[in-house]
Amino acid sequence: MSNNWNYIIRRILYLIPVLLGVCFLVFILFNVTAGDPVLMLLGKHGSPEQAAALREQLGLNQSWFMQYVDVVKSAFTFDFGRSWSTKQEISSMIAHGAIPSLTLSLPAFFLSTVTSILFALLVAFYRGKGIDLFIRVTCIAMMSISSLVYILVFQYLLAYKWGLFEISGYEFGFPNFIYYVLLPIIIWVILSLGPDIRFYRTLILDEIYQDYVRTARAKGLTEKKILFKHVLRNAMIPIVTYTVVQLPFLLLGALLLESFFSIPGLGGMTINALNSSDFPVLKAITILSAIAYIVFTLIQDIIYTIVDPRVKLQ
Amino acid sequence: MLEQTAAENMEAKLNDEINTIGKSRSLWADAWHRLVQDKIAVSCLIIVGLYALVALLSGLGLIAADWSQEVGPSYAPPFENWDYILGTDLFGRSVLTKVIHGTQVAMSVGLVSSLIAIPIGVALGALAGYFGGWVDEVIVWFYTTVSSIPGIMLLMSIAFILGKGITTVYIALGLTSWVGLCRLIRGEVMKHKNREYVQAASAIGAGHPRKLIKHIIPNVTHIVIIFTSLQFQVAIKSEVILSYLGIGVSGQPSWGTMIDDAKLELAREVWWQLAGATVAMFVVVLAFNILGDALRDALDPKLKGKS
Repeated sequence: MSNNWNYIIRRILYLIPVLLGVCFLVFILFNVTAGDPVLMLLGKHGSPEQAAALREQLGLNQSWFMQYVDVVKSAFTFDFGRSWSTKQEISSMIAHGAIPSLTLSLPAFFLSTVTSILFALLVAFYRGKGIDLFIRVTCIAMMSISSLVYILVFQYLLAYKWGLFEISGYEFGFPNFIYYVLLPIIIWVILSLGPDIRFYRTLILDEIYQDYVRTARAKGLTEKKILFKHVLRNAMIPIVTYTVVQLPFLLLGALLLESFFSIPGLGGMTINALNSSDFPVLKAITILSAIAYIVFTLIQDIIYTIVDPRVKLQ
Repeated sequence: MLEQTAAENMEAKLNDEINTIGKSRSLWADAWHRLVQDKIAVSCLIIVGLYALVALLSGLGLIAADWSQEVGPSYAPPFENWDYILGTDLFGRSVLTKVIHGTQVAMSVGLVSSLIAIPIGVALGALAGYFGGWVDEVIVWFYTTVSSIPGIMLLMSIAFILGKGITTVYIALGLTSWVGLCRLIRGEVMKHKNREYVQAASAIGAGHPRKLIKHIIPNVTHIVIIFTSLQFQVAIKSEVILSYLGIGVSGQPSWGTMIDDAKLELAREVWWQLAGATVAMFVVVLAFNILGDALRDALDPKLKGKS
């Protein structure tokens, strides 16, 4: 057990160099290589004096080192300053945008995970038979179409032509938001079925060829019982750890879906920032999503050690 | 007389056996043999070959060089005129010609981004796996850092900074896709570095560079081949997303820009540009997907049947 604690502490300390690395990448991307944002912000008519004043105000006249320190500071204090285009506090913009993103991504993620696991169990049960082949081929075929095509066609047919859903937009508050996120949720589920079924099928088949399954079969258990009682329970370990690492991406929502359906979440915010060269917002989203990813990978590792005592840490 | 025949028989048999042993297949021949037995994989290989041929001919200017020419009225529907069999776009340009030119863009995006990602991934992965110690720690730290940033954010940031254009798409996709390859190569090199054949190479005086480049890396190239097949389809699909975000290919037609145009066209019942690009893309991405799986089964039989 003390060995486990040692590992967990070392693993937490490892977050620091990785976070410093992320900050360095962000600094290289946006402070060093991105060029002078002042010219973009002022447009054609800015005078040199205005440019100098703006540079001073944005902290761009500092040395490279101090600018890097600023990026690191923002990552640890979550104070990312103000947006260049909307002039709002970025931290409050993010807090505000997280809600619409989550109303879309949480139900979508839940639905797609449950459906994929059910399909994966089905194909694992009928492995090697016609239905297995059919579902596998359908998955690969579905994955071979651009996600943008799904969004375009579904929005056009279901919302624009047949009027079954709202075309775009968003309203805050329950239950109003439901009408707006329904279609994006359906598209999300369809987009994730292909890769997810394939992935969960692999996980379940990994278990099916284990010795304990052969034992269970030898003692006369039915295939159904083996699948649901033995295999699924053991496959839950990799399934849970896989879903945990996906959680931070839910916060970011779906960039494409949000911007397409004008949902004012973090994904749409990111794309707006991209279109208006809003560096502070892009930096903040990049750093925050990286932090979320790092933290959730850590949680994944820890869960793994708790639920599966066979895992030896070093 | 009888004895002589028996002896001759023996000799013939022995020769036969030696021949079969001598003709036993190498790893690559064996993998090739397994691959060509899979009829679906062979069909996919042929499809990919055809696309590559179309891309090459278009790149040399032999076909679809006149994609910018106006051949008919604006938004002419498909299957009505042989000059523009798949219809025309807003400017009266032939959709078929644009799809062909888009093939060139798509294949080049897959090829160039692989050519950028492979050297980075193989070099870093091999160095980390072979030398271990602090070299390994630095490289692992580096790719952990890069992979901590969600792929789409990194892709968008790099593409944004470099500005619109096809070179940007090449570089952004190349720089964001080496991590997975690097991880796999590192693990594989770690396994190989203590094998007998590497020790044998040491014993006859081979240095580190020779052991790594001449002996170990040829034994991990199968990972590179599988990676390339999957990288093509990832790159082709990402090009569409970048086009939608307005940081993709510009100044020439690509499947991404054609699909992106459909944002405005669908409301006017113009579906042929979307359909043309989507079908062209579907066939080749499907082929790469199946080929990737088949290549993995053929080159890395341990993984067979797992996904």
